[in-house]
Amino acid sequence: MTDVPLTQPRSTNPFSGLMSGTVGPVTVVVLAIIAIWYIAAVALNTPFQKDIYERAGQSDVAVSQMVTDTLFQERPVLPAPHQVIVEIWETTVEKKITSKRSLVYHTGITLSSTLMGFLIGTTLGILLAIGIVHSRVLDKSLMPWIISSQTIPILAIAPMIIVVLNAVGISGLLPKAMISTYLSFFPVTVGMVKGLRSPEVMHMDLMHTYSATRLQAFWKLRLPYAVPYLFTSMKIGMAASLVGAIVGELPTGAVAGLGARLLAGSYYGQTVQIWSALLMAAFLAGSLVALIGVLEKLTLKRMGMAQ
Amino acid sequence: MNALASAKDTEMVETTTSASPNRVIDIENLSLTFETNDGPVHALSDIDLKIEEGDFVSFIGPSGCGKTTLLRVIADLEKPTAGHISVNGVSPEEARLNRAYGYVFQAAALYPWRTIAKNVALPLEIMGLSAAEQRDRIARNMELVNLTGFEKKYPWQLSGGMQQRASIARALAVEPDLLLMDEPFGALDEIVRDHLNEQLLQLWAKTNKTVVFVTHSIPEAVFLSTKIVVLCPRPGRIYDVIESDLPRDRSLDIRETPEFLKIAHRVREGLKAGHSYED
Amino acid sequence: MSTMTAPKRRLDMPALLAWFVVAMVVVGLFSPIFGPDYGIMDVPRLALCLVILAIAGVRYELGFMRNLVGDLILGLVTAIAAWLLIATVTNHAGEATLGFWALTAATWASAWLFVERLAVWKSASPTAQRIINLAIPAMFGITLLVLWQLIVTGAGVPKVLLPAPSEIWVRLTNSVPTLWADFQQTFLKAVLAGYIIGCGSAFIVAILVDRVPFLRRGLLPIGNLVSALPIIGVAPIMVMWFGFDWPSKAAVVIIMTFFPMLVNTVSGLAASDAMQRDLMRTYASNYWQTLLKLRLPMAMPFIFNALKINSTLALIGAIVAEFFGTPIVGMGFRISTEVGRMNVDMVWAEIAVAALAGSLFYGIVALLERAVTFWHPSVRGGRA
Repeated sequence: MTDVPLTQPRSTNPFSGLMSGTVGPVTVVVLAIIAIWYIAAVALNTPFQKDIYERAGQSDVAVSQMVTDTLFQERPVLPAPHQVIVEIWETTVEKKITSKRSLVYHTGITLSSTLMGFLIGTTLGILLAIGIVHSRVLDKSLMPWIISSQTIPILAIAPMIIVVLNAVGISGLLPKAMISTYLSFFPVTVGMVKGLRSPEVMHMDLMHTYSATRLQAFWKLRLPYAVPYLFTSMKIGMAASLVGAIVGELPTGAVAGLGARLLAGSYYGQTVQIWSALLMAAFLAGSLVALIGVLEKLTLKRMGMAQ
Repeated sequence: MNALASAKDTEMVETTTSASPNRVIDIENLSLTFETNDGPVHALSDIDLKIEEGDFVSFIGPSGCGKTTLLRVIADLEKPTAGHISVNGVSPEEARLNRAYGYVFQAAALYPWRTIAKNVALPLEIMGLSAAEQRDRIARNMELVNLTGFEKKYPWQLSGGMQQRASIARALAVEPDLLLMDEPFGALDEIVRDHLNEQLLQLWAKTNKTVVFVTHSIPEAVFLSTKIVVLCPRPGRIYDVIESDLPRDRSLDIRETPEFLKIAHRVREGLKAGHSYED
Repeated sequence: MSTMTAPKRRLDMPALLAWFVVAMVVVGLFSPIFGPDYGIMDVPRLALCLVILAIAGVRYELGFMRNLVGDLILGLVTAIAAWLLIATVTNHAGEATLGFWALTAATWASAWLFVERLAVWKSASPTAQRIINLAIPAMFGITLLVLWQLIVTGAGVPKVLLPAPSEIWVRLTNSVPTLWADFQQTFLKAVLAGYIIGCGSAFIVAILVDRVPFLRRGLLPIGNLVSALPIIGVAPIMVMWFGFDWPSKAAVVIIMTFFPMLVNTVSGLAASDAMQRDLMRTYASNYWQTLLKLRLPMAMPFIFNALKINSTLALIGAIVAEFFGTPIVGMGFRISTEVGRMNVDMVWAEIAVAALAGSLFYGIVALLERAVTFWHPSVRGGRA
């Protein structure tokens, strides 16, 4: 064999490997977003900064000085990323968790109603899906409503549920969790119905040849098939649940929770506070969804369904 | 193995312009190596092949022998890594840009949102032909594949055989002198396949086009071709080229004649020999 | 309707329901209907209701007329019974006792029985079958409304907690001008403007991103992540930046609709398979020809998926953004202020309008989808 393989010309640039995956591009895009954020912060905060200089009688401020000042205003139109980070640091690490000004405290409040609502909603959704798959009447009468109810702005009911339940003496965690339940059970129901119906006809026929009962077919065939669907819809349900919890905190008169921080921030023009609550909410959503993702990986691996 | 001969040449694919006027495809020392994570794969090695105008050439061989890859090189869907190839006397890329060939894929690949007539019109729209010319060519080529009357139907309303015929009409509508077909009837059942083979031969006789046809069916290759190229894998190379002496005008009955069986036997021997080589 | 020929008497769901109807009728016969001491004989209309329900239940148990006519009579009986109950309870609001609830339960069970029967109807004609398939959820919805009405009025639930459907309807018809003004402000201005700008700009960005593989790999994971974030939280910021009027709400809608559209369009543009792209290459087709003739049509199911998701998100975004500050008009504003004043019926009227607007918006997008992607297996109901 004197075969000399003729390779196609390939770039030996070490960056090409990094940039062809997703890690490189994502990093670059994130850095670009942060850069744009800084530029926007300077641009949006400049008018107010000029006002300050005028009132102070300073007319010849160096551009570099002005740029620095725009990034350290107390109530900027758009706070710079580092201001938000500092605010988050001060309100999480440097405050006692029990303090009303601790972001951890507010996040915990939101998290607890999110999780409570999510758990009830998921359980409800699974049970409803099982009913729908096994009962033709439930399927024909309920399913169209479940689907069309997704087109209705359910969140609009949130303030009413809170206030009305408050009026009859139910307050605290439960009303908010109810909104989360409401929002998270729809995706779970729809996803589970789809999942429980996903076994192929051939597999169902096989169960039929074993004259398996409906219960056996459910445990041995339908449920395993539905698990991937369940996790996908649980991710959507978790995200919806958090939105529900945050919106549920708006009408309670801004007492506690991330939603309350948003509302209080907007009342008093505390932009840094709004942004830190917003970033915290984003972080919370990201970690919760990621957590379900990890659970999904582990479960599917155990079931031998992971690729 | 002497791929070295081609390796000595430059990596660039050169165009031979010295081909005779009625030589449609001229391939010399052509090789193609894919770089994969498991090391290089020699999809094609040291291929030499001449195809004359009016030929019906079949590429046959086991899977992985590079028959489809060779067809794709002719169509400029793959670039060779060494050697020379010319199509109509120019490089495959120029030939593609001149719309010198029509290509029929393994599946019909019709667009479900277009009617059959609009599917046939697709290449014509891209070429920028006038509406009148398009209408004319659609009617002519739909008739050629016996699909007149199905213009307004959507692909998913037709059977698999009819879909594949529509895709042949689409390739013919470009009005190329060269037709490249990649296992076009592979997914169809045998009865439909026989029928379409017969129709394809009639079409070839009527239009006198050059056809390059990829298949893994021995009877199909022998029945259709004037020249059968047997390829074998690892590395993909030509094992045998059989010039068929069957008459150009043939019917399905010819498959029971001794001449047919003789050629089929030689093809089968070639496939066997090529196959045992790897062990 | 093969139940006629089935000789074996299984205790299936319809049979159980019929027994339940009969049992409830018996309870209703011997229990007080309304407080303080109304019996069934004191309320002639309810007596009639009781009699027809009893006949319907017993008839089903005995197996008479288990056919189309029998089912239709059952539906009619249920409707009359429901109407009699509603008409009676209005004069005795909050006084209902065991007998009344038994009759309510009997009516509900008979409605359920009717739906059970309706679900096994098979019609050869596709139009008739479609009507049946629409009638079942419609029946379910009407049953829910009737129960709501009966329970709220019968038990005398305070209006601030849950108004009866009839009260909501009265409020709705009396406040058409206010509701219309709110609808204009929130839907016609904020939602539509935000939806069109958000989806449109995301579509253009998606086409640009698609041309640069680097950007596509970088933006897609971020777009997916952002879709899971509570974006609605930007509402207070948008209100600060763009003022109280509708542009700030439109801005929230733009941000909320942007990412689902971006992610879906980008994955839709990648949906064409290798063979189809090779085909275009053999035609020496240029970028724009491939985009227009192959990749955009291929992306349409994905794009419409985003448009449908966004039709819901847009309305939610605009309403919730109004909780953070508005001029004195708008659906979100009305909901939050009327809740504060405990005018719950007005809130429900506003929610009814929002639900109607949301469903119509979604329905129009879905109809458009059917027209554009008629060829897709999910629409034509066939194999791929």
